Amino acid sequence: MTFDYAPAPESRAIVDIKGSYGLFVNGEFVDGSGTAFKTVNPATEEVLAEVAEASEADVDAAVRAARRAHSRVWSKMTGAERAKYLYRIARIIQERGREIAVLESIDNGKPIKESRDVDVPTAAAHFFYYAGWADKLEYSGYGTTSLGVAGQVIPWNFPLLMLAWKIAPALAAGNTVVLKPAETTPLTALLFAEICQQADLPPGVVNIVTGAGATGQAIVAHPDVDKVAFTGSTGVGRAIAKTVAGTDKRVTLELGGKAANIVFDDAPIDQAVEGIVNGIFFNQGHVCCAGSRLLVQESVADEVLERLKRRMGTLRVGDPLDKNTDVGAINSPMQLARIKELVEVGEAEGAGRWSAACDLPGQGFWFPPTLFTGVSQAHRIAREEIFGPVLSVLTFRTPTEAVEKANNTPYGLSAGIWTDKGSRILWMADQLRAGVVWANTFNKFDPTSPFGGYKESGYGREGGRHGLEAYLTAGER
Amino acid sequence: MTPTSTTASASSAAAGGFDDVTASESSLRRFLHGLPGVDQVGAEARAASLGTRSIKTTAKAYAIDLAIRMVDLTTLEGQDTPGKVRALASKAMRPDPADPSCPPAAAVCVYPDMVGVAKETLGSSGVNVAAVATAFPSGRAALDIKLADTRDAVEAGADEIDMVIDRGAFLSGRYLQVFEEIVAVREACGPAHLKVIFETGELQTYDNVRRASWLAMMAGGHFIKTSTGKVQPAATLPVTMIMLEAVRDFRAATGQMVGVKPAGGIRSSKDAIKYLVTVNEVAGPDWLDPDWFRFGASTLLNDLLMQRTKMTTGRYSGPDYFTLD
Amino acid sequence: MATKTTTPTGSARLDVRKTYKLYIGGAFPRSESGHSYVVNDAKGKFLANAALASRKDARDAVQAARKAFPGWSGRTAYNRAQIVYRIAEVMEDRRPQFVDAVRVSEGLNAARAGRVVDEAIDRLVWYAGWADKVTQVVGGANPVAGPFFNLSTPEPTGVVAVLAPQESSLLGLVSVVAPVIVTGNTAVVCSSADRPLPAVTFAEVLATSDVPGGVVNILTGTVGNTAPWLASHMDVNAIDLTGAAGDPEHAARLEEAAAENLKRVRRAPAAEPDWSLDPGTGRLTNFLEVKTVWHPVGL
Repeated sequence: MTFDYAPAPESRAIVDIKGSYGLFVNGEFVDGSGTAFKTVNPATEEVLAEVAEASEADVDAAVRAARRAHSRVWSKMTGAERAKYLYRIARIIQERGREIAVLESIDNGKPIKESRDVDVPTAAAHFFYYAGWADKLEYSGYGTTSLGVAGQVIPWNFPLLMLAWKIAPALAAGNTVVLKPAETTPLTALLFAEICQQADLPPGVVNIVTGAGATGQAIVAHPDVDKVAFTGSTGVGRAIAKTVAGTDKRVTLELGGKAANIVFDDAPIDQAVEGIVNGIFFNQGHVCCAGSRLLVQESVADEVLERLKRRMGTLRVGDPLDKNTDVGAINSPMQLARIKELVEVGEAEGAGRWSAACDLPGQGFWFPPTLFTGVSQAHRIAREEIFGPVLSVLTFRTPTEAVEKANNTPYGLSAGIWTDKGSRILWMADQLRAGVVWANTFNKFDPTSPFGGYKESGYGREGGRHGLEAYLTAGER
Repeated sequence: MTPTSTTASASSAAAGGFDDVTASESSLRRFLHGLPGVDQVGAEARAASLGTRSIKTTAKAYAIDLAIRMVDLTTLEGQDTPGKVRALASKAMRPDPADPSCPPAAAVCVYPDMVGVAKETLGSSGVNVAAVATAFPSGRAALDIKLADTRDAVEAGADEIDMVIDRGAFLSGRYLQVFEEIVAVREACGPAHLKVIFETGELQTYDNVRRASWLAMMAGGHFIKTSTGKVQPAATLPVTMIMLEAVRDFRAATGQMVGVKPAGGIRSSKDAIKYLVTVNEVAGPDWLDPDWFRFGASTLLNDLLMQRTKMTTGRYSGPDYFTLD
Repeated sequence: MATKTTTPTGSARLDVRKTYKLYIGGAFPRSESGHSYVVNDAKGKFLANAALASRKDARDAVQAARKAFPGWSGRTAYNRAQIVYRIAEVMEDRRPQFVDAVRVSEGLNAARAGRVVDEAIDRLVWYAGWADKVTQVVGGANPVAGPFFNLSTPEPTGVVAVLAPQESSLLGLVSVVAPVIVTGNTAVVCSSADRPLPAVTFAEVLATSDVPGGVVNILTGTVGNTAPWLASHMDVNAIDLTGAAGDPEHAARLEEAAAENLKRVRRAPAAEPDWSLDPGTGRLTNFLEVKTVWHPVGL
């Protein structure tokens, strides 16, 4: 007999998904005037709900509500009072944590252990952190004056967490927001709208408009939006930067990445393997800062690969609601197609593809944890963001070569270093052109820690004191 | 239920293939300090994550019975008496008198002077007698006394010897001395199997635990064991995980399997199951066997029995329904 | 500047005119295109022919700036501070020349031109001191909720294209260049188109002030010739559009071009600012990237 873990599903009964959802404008749910769309459970392809699409007029209504709330209420309120609203929201997120986690896993496909242990607690932590700033802005170094209305567009990989990253600092600094969640993962943002109601947040301070690219474009282009914050692909980020060119809109962009995770021969090898696995398979690899390029020193490449493959063999892929699932569903058929396309390119370009044996469910969108060996910098899978559970393995011989390869990308969001030699860590950290460098760890996030990229990974920082800069007039950009 | 390590012969106690490594103090030091480092934070995060596995229904029933079969039911007190040891031995053979389907424990673990009593009670039940020897728990005695202690226990019928390493020698870098002492005790064990206790609470760092693991495996230990139970912290999940990584890597390097025994501090079924998950995912399913994994424990057994009863009856049990021996 | 002097004996001496060239990679080339343009003084009187920088000069300047970046950004902050201070020293030494240049370029009287030069020198001294302080002001340790050492430090963005102000030919120029380089960036500067001569003299100061070649590259000529190429250049990391003040359409086009590789953009103000005011730290922090490094804390 073997130790087969029996199914351990988290109960779905805790969430109440409505048949249809409207927009959250001026503190109320209202109908959208666009064409409603469906959101789907990516693990089962079950239609979860119908969601309103915000048209340009709907976005305009939301911006007007936000403007009114800003000028009449939120910017006039003392920081101490704003803080208390944010603390309230943080507490409600904690109180309803399990419900949110289950809903997030259903709508997004991520494993419940991640939504429960990472997304939701970190989202609550962001509200706690920025709540405390609301009445201390004079110490921030960026002044105390809010910008006005922030238009925020967030991706589908961490729906609630990205919402928290955007909304918490904006509100703390006295701005009001119009936020658009991704069209494939709107449900936790709509649940957050309900949380705003429970917290008695004044109407119009937070407005949630659902829809796809056109809705996002309407927010970005709206003349009365003072600040645009976007997390998503570099392609869309570039388009946003062009849209706001010549305006007074302030912009922060948190975009793509192709991070190098660099393993030296003196690395703490078992932790490095964990870091590699966490770096690329956390959240199905749907992570902008994923360690999608493993750079391993030639002298230990075989050993690291062997250990990595063994470890990948223990990853449990399947039902996102099963508490033992390590890798969940790919968020959408579009993303699955993108992953498959690049994987085919990798094979066609001659890289060696390997996946651990695993049974994938028949329904839903799935891709097995995969690695490519024999990858060179010239391969597309070494240059393009796959945004899936696919690791490209390259080798290097010297620290200088590692740095050259790591930096040889238009991106610059994150990087990993694994070595027991302290001075080498610091040298490498200096050389790497990336906004976040994880040494002997990977994919760690904290509300106090600024996050954001160099080069085409975007500009501006989210988190920490630096995260306030984007929402106060004395900040830059 | 006898360990079936491939290094059986006492005359060639040390594991093969490491003659160059163990040829001198300096070569041994180079080897041990050349092992990959362990990052404490990463290791503990990994162990914690293994601890979040949710083991339910059939998997839980399997795990509880397996855990019972892995228990080295232990009493190591100055107040131990033949009566106490007899009672413990009885309990090891029939942990739940009310339920004949309940499997026996792996062994009873006692001081050398209690080996005879234990052996007498256990007879040919299949439950082994393990004896702590070598001036347990401190190990602070001359080598010949440690060897005599070992031989006494073996002569009295011990199937397994749980020795302690000389932590003083280890921490001051006299690795070869520790190595040679393990080799000598292994020889003194004769047919008995040797578990090597590190007292990980005194070694302090995971790097030291990894080095001690390799040292003991190269010296021919059949099992590596965390603690005496007399020093805090005793067994922890991350320490055990580091040792499981070591036996896994040792097998990859030599083809030889070595067992692992966390001891002290494991009191609940929930904890025991976390250890089994760790065995399963770190060392691999081959180690999910009393020949290769043991729990050094006393109170754990009753909690396993209570959980077992809960699973078979569907209701929560209470301590009064299980024997206190 | 074309001036005639008279010898004590009264006989007129024809002066030796200076050739105003570009400054790229530490050298003073003429424009690759071979073109020059007429520079007049504030009253419209001929002063000199200056090199008319071309697209290829801009390209060469970016290459030189990129090449200089690792070395310059890798120097200690203390060393960069000393070098920027050294620029001030050398400027002070050549003060009369700058006063003269500013006077004719901006049409100021000698006293006012002198004050402008003093302010420019003082501004360099002020920025020099920032080199080894900005890290502490902008960076810091972050108290993350876990066993990690976590530190954020600012780093230079890389190669910065700077459109220097059109009106303030020296003080404005120094005010936009100093904050860019003192933090470790390298710069490609488009000088004031109509008033380029102080910029060229400034380049001569740079060349003799221990500033490594390529750290500052100065292009004279029209903004229209070079700025679009800098804005769209994929190896330029940031652009300061200050010199496009008053021309919002041009600035918007440049910003749009800059979006192609997500350049950090400092937008053009509606009108050229008063450079005599306290500059604040904005221009320093505009061209910095915050890097956050994590490391576990354990035994």
